[in-house]
Amino acid sequence: MRPMRVLVAMSGGVDSSVAAARLLAEGHNVTGVTLKLWGGESDSGCCSVADVEDARRVAAQLGIPHYTFNFADDFTATVVEPYVGAHAAGLTPNPCVECNRSIKFGRLLERAEATGFDALATGHHARVIATPAGFELARGRDGGKDQSYVLYMLAEADLARLRLPVGEMTKADVRAEAAALGLRTAEKAESMEVCFITRGGRERFLAERGVMRAGAVVDPAGRVLGHHDGAARFTIGQRRGLGMAAGERRYVLDVDPAAGAVTVGPFEALLRDEVRVGGLTFVADAPPRATEPLLVQVRAHATPVEGRLDGEVVRFARPQPRVAPGQVVALYRGETLLGGGLAV
Amino acid sequence: MPYLDHAATTPLRPEALEAMLPFLQGSFGNPSGQHAAARAAKTAIEEAREQVAAALGAKPAEIVFTGGGTEADNLAIKGAARSARDRGSGDGVVTTAIEHHAVLHSCDRLARDGFRVTKVGVDAGGVVDLDALAAALDDRTTVVSVMLANNEVGTVQPLAAVAALVAERAPRAVFHTDAVQAAAWLDVAAGAAGAALIAVSAHKFGGPKGVGALVVRQGARLVPVIDGGGQERDLRSGTHNVAGIVGMAAALTATVARRGEEVPRVAARRDRLAAGVAGRLPDGAVRSNGDPARKLVNNCHLAFPGVEAEALLLLLDRDGVCASAGSSCASGAIEPSVDLARSSVRLTVGWPTTEAEVDEAVAVITAGVERLAGRAGRVPARG
Repeated sequence: MRPMRVLVAMSGGVDSSVAAARLLAEGHNVTGVTLKLWGGESDSGCCSVADVEDARRVAAQLGIPHYTFNFADDFTATVVEPYVGAHAAGLTPNPCVECNRSIKFGRLLERAEATGFDALATGHHARVIATPAGFELARGRDGGKDQSYVLYMLAEADLARLRLPVGEMTKADVRAEAAALGLRTAEKAESMEVCFITRGGRERFLAERGVMRAGAVVDPAGRVLGHHDGAARFTIGQRRGLGMAAGERRYVLDVDPAAGAVTVGPFEALLRDEVRVGGLTFVADAPPRATEPLLVQVRAHATPVEGRLDGEVVRFARPQPRVAPGQVVALYRGETLLGGGLAV
Repeated sequence: MPYLDHAATTPLRPEALEAMLPFLQGSFGNPSGQHAAARAAKTAIEEAREQVAAALGAKPAEIVFTGGGTEADNLAIKGAARSARDRGSGDGVVTTAIEHHAVLHSCDRLARDGFRVTKVGVDAGGVVDLDALAAALDDRTTVVSVMLANNEVGTVQPLAAVAALVAERAPRAVFHTDAVQAAAWLDVAAGAAGAALIAVSAHKFGGPKGVGALVVRQGARLVPVIDGGGQERDLRSGTHNVAGIVGMAAALTATVARRGEEVPRVAARRDRLAAGVAGRLPDGAVRSNGDPARKLVNNCHLAFPGVEAEALLLLLDRDGVCASAGSSCASGAIEPSVDLARSSVRLTVGWPTTEAEVDEAVAVITAGVERLAGRAGRVPARG
C-alpha cells in the first residue's frame, strides 16, 4: 500500500487511539489532532482537558505529532445552537450527527485537505469499502458498536478521503489491541453522553437556555391528564418518565412546542405506515429505486426494519412506531449504507 | 530547525547551566538551615539576589524570588490590592486589556472578591490608552498593573507616562509592571523606573523554568499569596529553588552583559524575517501587527488574511519551524478583528537564531501561506 499522510481525529478514547496505531503500523505518515469544540462547562465527552491529554499522550507514545484545533465557535454555531433550536421547535435532534456533518467531515476534513493530508481517519465503527463502482460505507464489523447510522451524510467523495481503521474490528479486539500496545486508553470507559451537556443533564442545559416551557399532558381527545415542566423533556415514542400513574401503558404521541402540549396515548396510536424524510443525501449521489426493498434504521441502535423509499417518503413494510421529527432515518442495502435524512 | 518562539521560552544559557550544576549535583543544602550545607546555599542565593538586583536597578533587599513570572504577578497584584484593602485604603484595581493571563486572571479573581477592576484599552498599535487610564484612576485605586512590553505583538508601553499619571491621580496606588517579556531585551531599570513592583521570569532570558522574581520597592506593602515558613521576608514561603535562583541570576547577568551585542543582531534577524516574508508574498497577503516604532526587537507578529493560524502552524511544525498562534491571550484586543487575530502568528527571534534559520523559516512560512491562502473557513456545503 502506498504510504499516505493521514490526519487522525483523536478524541482521547480507545477507538481513535487504536485507529492511529493501526495506520502507523500500516506504514502511513500519521498525525493526530484533537478538536476543542466546547468552551462551556462540561464534565464528559470529547472536549474535556483530560481527554485532550489522553489523546496527546497516546500520540506521544506512538511517536506521532499531535495538535489541537479549536473549532469551538463553529461547533456552537453549527451544533449547539441548532440543537437548542431544534428542541425549542419540538424536534428530537442528534447533535453528534450535526457535529459529524459540520465539524468532523466539514471543517476538519476541509482543513486536512488544506494542510496536505491525503486522508482523514476517525475511530468510528464503520467500514469504507472500495468497489469497482466507487467507495461504499458498510456497517462496522461489531454489530453492537456500528456507527454507520451517524455517518449517513457522507458522500462517496468524502469516503475516498476517509479511513476508519477500527471498523473491521470488534470493540473487544480494539481494547485487546490497545492493551497489547500498552496504550493508556485501553480500559477507558466509553462516553455515551452528548459531549457539551454537563452533569446537570439535558433538562438543565435546555432550561438554562430558556427552552424548557411547562405545559399540559393531554390525551388524543385533548383532555388534560397532567402537567409537565418542559416539552423538550419528551420525545415521540417515549414511555418512561411521563409522570403518570400506573395502569394503561401510555406513550408520547406528539409534542406541540407552541402550545407546550404533550399528547400521550396507547402504543397502537403511535404506529405509522411511513415517515417523510427531509434533506435526503445519498452516498452514491442517487436514490435507490422506489421498488427496492431497503433496510431502514431510525435510531442510533435500533433494529433496522424493511421499507422502501418513494420520493421523500419511506414506506414501511409493516407499521412502525412514529419516528420523532429531527431523528435520522438511514437507509441500507443489506450492510451497506445508501444515505438518509432527517424525519420531518 | 528554526525555533521562532523565544517569547514562549528560551534555551538555557550556558552560563546558567554552569552556575546551576553545583546545586544539582553536590551542594544540596536548604538555605534556611544553620549548618555548613545550609550556609553554602544561603550564600549562593544571596549572591544571586545581588546580581538580580543589579541587573534590574534594585537593591538586594527589594528582590523576592518566586516560582516564576506568573507567581510574581499574582503576588504583586493580589498582594498589593489585599494589603490596601486590609488597611482600608482602597478597592480599585486598574490594568490593561492586553496583559498576560497572569495579570488579567489575578484581576478577575480580585473582581470576584469585590474589588473594582478596570481594564483599559489600547490603540491599534497596542499602546495603552493614557486618557482612559487617567479616567480609571482615583484615590481609592490600590494597584495599577501595566506591562513593560506585550507578550503577543511586543509593544513597549510608555511606563514613565503611566507612572506620572499614577502618582498624580492615584497617589495611594502601587504601580506594578509585568516585565516578563521585556527583561531579555530592555534595560528594565530604566524602562520600569517608575514602578514599585516589577515581575520577571528566568526562562524568558535563558534561565531555567519555574523561577522568577518580583522587585518590591521599599514602601510597597504586600500580603503574601503563599504562606508557610516565612522565606523571602514572609512574602514567598517555601524552600528556595536554589539551583533555579542561581541559574536565573547567571542568565540575567549574561543577558545584560551581552545586550549591546545581542540586541542589534536580533533586531537585524527579525527585520530580515519580516522583510523576507513580506517580499515573497503579494501585496495584501501579509500585514504586521503592533506598532513598529514601539516593538520589542525580537517580535514579528504577522497576520495573513484568509489563512487560519492553526493550519499554518501545523504546516510550519511539519517543516520544522516552531512558532505560536498570534491570539493566545488578548485575542482581538490588539488585532483589528477576531478573524485577523485568528490569522496571526507570532514569530519571536532569539539570541541563538541564525541568518540561515531565518531564511529557512521565510521559505517555509511563505510556502505555507501560499498553500492556505483563500481556503480558510470554507466549509463544504452538504446535506
